[in-house]
Amino acid sequence: MPALCRACLTSFENGPRCPACRSPLVVAHDELNTLSIAHMDCDAFYASVEKREHPELRDKPVIIGGGRRGVVSTACYIARIKGVRSAMPMFKALQLCPEAVVLKPRMDLYAETSRAVRAMMEALTPAIEPLSLDEAFLDLTGTERLHHAPPAVTLARLVRRMEEELGITGSIGLSHNKFLAKVASDLDKPRGFSVIGRAETAAFLRDRPVSLIWGVGHAARATLDKAGIRTFADLLRWERRDLHARFGSMGERLWHLARGEDARRVSRDAPVKSVSNETTFNEDTADPEILDGHLWRLSEKVADRLKARDRAGRVVTVKLKRSDHAILTRRVSLSAPTQIADRIYRTARGLFDGAADKGPFRLIGVGVSEIVTESGAVEIGDLLDPGSGTRARAERATDAIRERFGPDAIVKGRSLR
Amino acid sequence: MKVSIERAALLKAVAQAQSVVERRNTIPILANVLIEAEGDSLTFRATDLDIEVIDRAPAMVERKGASTVPAVTLHEIVRKLPDGALVSLTEEPGSGRVTVQAGRSKFALATLPREDFPVMTTTEYTANFAAPAPLLRRLFDKSKFAISTEETRYYLNGVYMHVATGEGGQVLRCVATDGHRLARIDAELPDGAETMPGVIVPRKTVGELRKLLDDDDIQIAVSVSETKVRFATPDITLTSKVIDGTFPDYSRVIPQANTRRLEVDASEFAKAVDRVATVSSERSRAVKLSLDEDRLVLSVNAPDSGAAEEELAVAYGDEHLEIGFNAKYLLEIASQVDRENAVFLFNSAGDPTLMREGNDSSAVYVVMPMRV
Repeated sequence: MPALCRACLTSFENGPRCPACRSPLVVAHDELNTLSIAHMDCDAFYASVEKREHPELRDKPVIIGGGRRGVVSTACYIARIKGVRSAMPMFKALQLCPEAVVLKPRMDLYAETSRAVRAMMEALTPAIEPLSLDEAFLDLTGTERLHHAPPAVTLARLVRRMEEELGITGSIGLSHNKFLAKVASDLDKPRGFSVIGRAETAAFLRDRPVSLIWGVGHAARATLDKAGIRTFADLLRWERRDLHARFGSMGERLWHLARGEDARRVSRDAPVKSVSNETTFNEDTADPEILDGHLWRLSEKVADRLKARDRAGRVVTVKLKRSDHAILTRRVSLSAPTQIADRIYRTARGLFDGAADKGPFRLIGVGVSEIVTESGAVEIGDLLDPGSGTRARAERATDAIRERFGPDAIVKGRSLR
Repeated sequence: MKVSIERAALLKAVAQAQSVVERRNTIPILANVLIEAEGDSLTFRATDLDIEVIDRAPAMVERKGASTVPAVTLHEIVRKLPDGALVSLTEEPGSGRVTVQAGRSKFALATLPREDFPVMTTTEYTANFAAPAPLLRRLFDKSKFAISTEETRYYLNGVYMHVATGEGGQVLRCVATDGHRLARIDAELPDGAETMPGVIVPRKTVGELRKLLDDDDIQIAVSVSETKVRFATPDITLTSKVIDGTFPDYSRVIPQANTRRLEVDASEFAKAVDRVATVSSERSRAVKLSLDEDRLVLSVNAPDSGAAEEELAVAYGDEHLEIGFNAKYLLEIASQVDRENAVFLFNSAGDPTLMREGNDSSAVYVVMPMRV
């Protein structure tokens, strides 16, 4: 079976060690040289970048996360041995691993490294779909002649280059579609290289839980559980029609995924479905002034992101987490899509006012969904609120000033609360 | 209960009932229609707790009684029965089932106890009057397109029906707006309506009401209170809660000083707008109106898909003006005009525009322009 040494990139025919450099970092698979859809996931990305910046932390457990009340956003692999996980409350993480070095996230730095990784991927194929700062899909179909190597070699070369030039490691999942590539990259972390071939797809999936599917979270799992679906084998027993009848469009997708089929293309223009921002407070608060300030800042962030992508959204959602972690969400449809912070804020404020008495809250979030392209969302003035047009124009003017003189050149008073 | 009824009469009554029933329901009884057999008629009652419709149809009652069955299922069954069939509805006491039989078809429907069926509380109506169906039809047909669907402004999710002072004295007026456009329709004030409180009739009620208004010769008995409104024909009674809110002061929205006057054949105008808008696939397509003396050029420029232009001969005597509108909004207001030319009164490219039919101010529309 074809094999590849990930250390020296030698291709050879099977064997536990590389015949050239004797490295055990070998990946061998029957379909190694024919698969071309990959998922690259950096290993403990934020922590790896910090360790590169602070070599003295290399052998220490490092946790990236915000403040006393925040959550873990990334834990390095040393901290993970102690049981620290992403999204875990910080106090819990520190109970598990009191010696951990906690660092505040430095997004600018990570974004810079991410850009460098992206540039390396851009050099390999135009078909890249970044999912976040630290992971992306790559479609390397048809690049053999360009790179004088099959996709597997190109990918091994990519992670080796990331390690050498950027000091971060990544794991590769290689398969014949996005779903399986993403699953594969998670099989052998860190510094992994996993392959799921066509021939083994059915056997591979059969006994795995459906929660493997990207997008099947707690809620979806509960729904599936009710229908007696826990593993892919359970899913295979369902008729396509019945799945559709019971789960709607998700049922259709499940039917295909159960068979290891996923026709989605790797595309950087994957439609944005929603844009949201949220913040967790250092201390629970019910203070309307403070919450109002957060609502404005979050609305502004969401609007900025929409504007940056030339998008607008029709549904505004406010998310609140109470002290007991119960989550409240309130959503409303607008008559027309918007990308104006003022409009998002005013709508969010109305939603928030309806739930304000349920406080104190530990988290507040603002989101916009049902996204359309901006050209479909030219604002029309409001007959009943003649000021809205003026405010929208003021916001556009503010945006223009910020563009020129920086984000803090002009801010609203209420964002200082 | 044991009754026989003609299929057509049954279908009409059940159709009205099932359209009031909400498709998604958490309270099972609300999916049902209450059927009461007494004397020589059947009464069908359906509600979603905001609207209640009571429909009577002549029937041969062998044994009186009452029961509730799923409205949508009953409607589907009756709809699929052959035309002209005689349908019998039977409930044996204590069986928990109503049998629907027609020819050789036989269906059994599960019932829920009639005692559980919610009855709308009665209200003291402060105004009762009779209005000809065509009058109400015009008021609601011409205004309902402007009803808002935005839930945050729940008080705009209906038509504001009230007594107002028009040019020739007191009128019965309907106003609807979603903030982008507004419709204000006046009709002669029926006798007895003077004391009517202004009410916001919800969108769904407007839709249900429309089914009562097809017959030109019929008088609709209208009853209004602060909280409810009722419309009744001899066969059907539609009672609805009204929206509990204050309709905004719309009078300040209607421009008084727009002087630039455009007169255009409404149907030619609508067709032209429709044609030029074809090139853009966006939901909120912008149509640009360029006006010069007696000349109107409609144009759409969609960077991704193309451009279109059309010229119309119009009556316009003011200086050059360029103004943009959402194509859908323009089409909707232009299609309200049925007798005369459409008259547009503009101020500037950023101000609300007024549209009416000829010089008739009993139907006035306002639309907000958009940047083009």
